[in-house]
Amino acid sequence: MKTKSILTAAASAVLAIGALQAAPAHAQAMPHSTEPPFSHEVFTGAVLFEKLEYGWGLDGPNIGRWDGQAWYGGDVNRVWLKTEGETARNGRVESAEIQLLYSRLIGYYWDLQAGVRYDIRPRPDRFYGVIGLQGLAPGMFEVDLQGFVSERGDLSARAEVSYDAYITQRLVLQPNIEANFALQKVPELHVGSGINDIEAGLRLRYEFTREVSPYIGVSYERKLGDTARYARNDGEDVGGWTFMTGIRLFF
Amino acid sequence: MTNDKLSRRRALGLGVAALAFPAASGASAQPAVGRAMPREFNLTLSHVTANITGRRRPAMAINGQIPGPVLRFREGEEVVINVTNRLREHTSIHWHGLILPSSQDGVPGISDGFQGIDAGGTHQYRFPLVQAGTYWYHSHSGVQEQSGIYGSIVIDPATPEPFGYDRDYIVQLSDWTDETPSHVIANLKRDPGYYNYNKRTLASLVGELRRAPDGAARSAIVSDRVMWGDMRMDPTDIEDVGGYTYLVNGHTPAQNFTALFRPGETVRLRFINSGAMTHFDVRVPGLEMTVVQAHGNNVRPVTVDEFRIAPAETFDVLVRPRDGRQYQVLAESMGRQGFAQFSLATREGLPALPLPPHRPRPVLTMADMGMNYGPSGLDRGTPMPEVDAPGHVAPMDMGGMDHSAMQMPAGGSQGMQGQSMGGMNHGNMAGMGHSSMSGMNQPAMPGMDHSSMRGMAPSSMAGMNHGNMPGMNHGSTGAGAMGGMDHGAMAMPDPLVNDVGAPPGARVLSYRNLRAAKPLYPVREPTRIIEIRLTGNMERYFWSINGNSFSQAQPIQLHLGERARFRFVNETMMSHPMHLHGMWMIPQVGNGAENPLLHTVNIKPGSTLDVDIEADAPGGWAFHCHMLYHMETGMMRKVSVVSARQAASAR
Repeated sequence: MKTKSILTAAASAVLAIGALQAAPAHAQAMPHSTEPPFSHEVFTGAVLFEKLEYGWGLDGPNIGRWDGQAWYGGDVNRVWLKTEGETARNGRVESAEIQLLYSRLIGYYWDLQAGVRYDIRPRPDRFYGVIGLQGLAPGMFEVDLQGFVSERGDLSARAEVSYDAYITQRLVLQPNIEANFALQKVPELHVGSGINDIEAGLRLRYEFTREVSPYIGVSYERKLGDTARYARNDGEDVGGWTFMTGIRLFF
Repeated sequence: MTNDKLSRRRALGLGVAALAFPAASGASAQPAVGRAMPREFNLTLSHVTANITGRRRPAMAINGQIPGPVLRFREGEEVVINVTNRLREHTSIHWHGLILPSSQDGVPGISDGFQGIDAGGTHQYRFPLVQAGTYWYHSHSGVQEQSGIYGSIVIDPATPEPFGYDRDYIVQLSDWTDETPSHVIANLKRDPGYYNYNKRTLASLVGELRRAPDGAARSAIVSDRVMWGDMRMDPTDIEDVGGYTYLVNGHTPAQNFTALFRPGETVRLRFINSGAMTHFDVRVPGLEMTVVQAHGNNVRPVTVDEFRIAPAETFDVLVRPRDGRQYQVLAESMGRQGFAQFSLATREGLPALPLPPHRPRPVLTMADMGMNYGPSGLDRGTPMPEVDAPGHVAPMDMGGMDHSAMQMPAGGSQGMQGQSMGGMNHGNMAGMGHSSMSGMNQPAMPGMDHSSMRGMAPSSMAGMNHGNMPGMNHGSTGAGAMGGMDHGAMAMPDPLVNDVGAPPGARVLSYRNLRAAKPLYPVREPTRIIEIRLTGNMERYFWSINGNSFSQAQPIQLHLGERARFRFVNETMMSHPMHLHGMWMIPQVGNGAENPLLHTVNIKPGSTLDVDIEADAPGGWAFHCHMLYHMETGMMRKVSVVSARQAASAR
C-alpha cells in the first residue's frame, strides 16, 4: 500500500521531468561528432546554507534551524538538492525534509523544477512529488514557489521570498518571508487546510567573504487556522518572536 | 619571474623580462633566403609554481617562464615550432593575429585537422610568415591562458618600416589571479557579482541623495535604482573578475619593469594586452604617444595622449622623452581595480613614481544598455537557444517591413537586400516593441524617412551605427567638441569612442583615428550582411552569439572570395573584444579604403558596429570574444570558409 503510493509520487515526478525535457527539442546540443571534447559547456555546482542558526524564543522554545540548497549542472539543466528543518531545545529534530529536483532554465531568471521531497520528520515520514519555480523577480527578489502532492494525494504549497539589501559592500540586511498552504487537512501531521503558517525574518549578515557570513536576526512565526488549533491542543505555541544568530555558508 | 631555471634555446632569444632590443642590434637578422631551411623554435609547456603576490600558487609556463619567450620571426621566412606538452592535460598554442593555414592555427576541434596536443605529446607547427608586426601567442585550450600560457611574437618586416626608432620594447600586459581559473568560473557561475565590491549600496544611496542638488535629482536617483532593480541588472558590473594583479612583462607594479632610454631617443613600445579579462586604459603622464601600428599593421601615425587596449589587441606606439627624467607608464584597468605600470628611465632599479588616484569608476547607464530595458518582454540576451541556420543569421529587408507581419525569425537570407536597413534586432520578434529595435545602421539607410515609421520614437532607436559618419571625430577631440551634432533624444553610445575618463582636451585613441597605411583590400560592397548579436545571461554567467552558446551553435559559413559584413549588435552590458582567426576584420569606421585591419574588434555595451571580412582563407576558424571567461562559457563560434561549390553541395 505504502510502497505503491511512493511509486505513484515518484512516477508523477518522473513524468513532470519528462515533460520538461521534451518541450524544447531544438535546444538539444548540436552534435560536434568529429570534434574532440571541446564543447565549452561548463559544468559546475554550488552549496548554499542560507540559514544555519540557533534561535532564542522570546516566549517559546529555543530552536535550531537549517535551510540549505545545492546544485550541480550546466547552463540550462541542473540537479538541485534542498533541505530544511528544525530542532527543539533538547536537540530532537522536529521537522526535517530533503528534496531532490531536476531543474531547467525556462526564462532569463527562472528555473522550473520538479522532483521528490522526503520528510523524515515529523512522523509519520512522508514522500511528496514536487513542482516548483525558482528565480529572481523584478526588484531583485529571490523567489521559490513549490507545489507538493503527498503519497496520499494531499496537495500543499510553499512560497518563499527574500531580498538582499546591501547596506555596505559587506553588510547585508536580508528580509524574508515564507508561507505554507494546504488544500485539505492532514490530521496525522497536524496540518489544517488553508494557510498553515507564516514566517517572517530579518537577518543582518556580514560577508567576511562571499563564502562565510555570520549573522544575527529576528523572526516571527505564526501558525494559523486549524494548524494553530492542532498545536494548541498539543499544548504547543502557535507562534512568537525569536532572536537568532547563525552563519550563512556559500561554496 | 619564474625564469631562474631557464635552459632556453638560443633561438628563442632572451626572456621578456630582460628583453630590450635596440633596433640597431637586430644582430641575429640574416637575410631571408629564398629556400632556406625553416628556422626551428621549441616551446615546452609545464606546470610551475609562481609567486606573484607573495603566495606560492600553481601556474603554467612556457619554457619555464611567464610570459613565455618572445618569438622573433622575420617576414617572408618559414618557421617550425615544436610545442611539447608536459602538462597533465590537453593543450594547444594559437598564434594570435597571424595569417596562416587553418591547420596551423592551433584551435582544437576548429582548426582543420587539429585536435590539440595530448599530455606528454609534441606537436609541430610549420607556417610561412606573410606579415610583420607585433602579435602574441597563447593556449586555446580551456583557461590555460589565465594560468600563464602566453607569450609575444615580433615579426621583423622584410621592407623598412615607414617610421624610425632607437629602442624597442615589448610591453605585454596581463592579469594574474592567485585563484585557479576553474575556481573563478565556478565563482562567477554561482554568483555573477562574486567579485564586485563596488555595488550600489544603501550607504552609497544616502551619499548620492545628500549630494543631489534638488528634489528632482533625488527622485531621479531613486528611480534609476528602481529601474536597475526591475531589470535585475547591476550597473556597477564593469569587470566580471576581481582580485587581479596587473603585470607588465610578468612584473608586478611593485617590481616596476624599467625600459631604458637616453634623452632625445625615440622609443618604440609594443603594447600587447594578454589580459584574460582586462581592458587597460594606457597613458604616460608627461609624454604623448604616436600610434604607428595597430594589431600588427602599419597605420598612418596618430598622436594621442591615452588609449584603451582591449584584451588581445596590440598597439605599437612611439614616445620621445626629451629630458632625462623618469616617466611612469600607467595601464589602469577599465573597472579601476588596479594599475599595471612600468618606468621609462635612464637607469635601472628606480622605484616606481607614486601612482595617481584611480579615475572615477564607470557606472553603466541606460544608454549602455542600448535603451533596452532588460529581459522582461524585450531582448536582453536570450535564455534559450534560437534556431539559426549556418551563416544565415541575416537581417531583414526594410522595404517589406510590416510590423504586423514580423512574426517569423528570418531563417534564411531570402528577402535580404544587402544594404537595406539591416541590423534590426529580431531576437524577440514576437510581440516586438519598437524599443527593441537596436542596431539600425544609419548610413545604410539612404533616404529613409523616419517620420513615416509608425510609432518609432527617436529615443527607441538604440544602437544606431554612427561608425560611418564622416567628419565625426569624438575620439581625438575629447568631450565638449561635439558642437553642431544633434543627437536629439538619441542617447545611444558611440561605438567608437572610449570614455577613459581623460581630462578635457586629452586625445584618446578611437578606431576612427586608425587609417591603414597600406590597405590590403580594395573597397567593395559586401556580398552579405550577417547579424552577430552578442548575447548572454549575466545572472547565470553564460554567453552566446545570436542566443546560441558555442556548445549549441552551428558554424557560420562564409563563401571563399566573398566580402561578408558582420553587423555586431551588442545586447549585453559588457564590452566584447571579438576576435576572428585567420582573416582580418575591417571595422567600418568611416575611413573608406583606409579602414584599419584588425584581428580583434572591441564592441562596446549596447552598441552596433559593422565589420567587413574578406573571406580569403579557406577552412575552419575560431571566432570568439577574447574575454577569456566569456569565451569559455559560450561566446564563441566556428567560422567555416568554403568554396561556393562546397556550400552548394552541403545544402
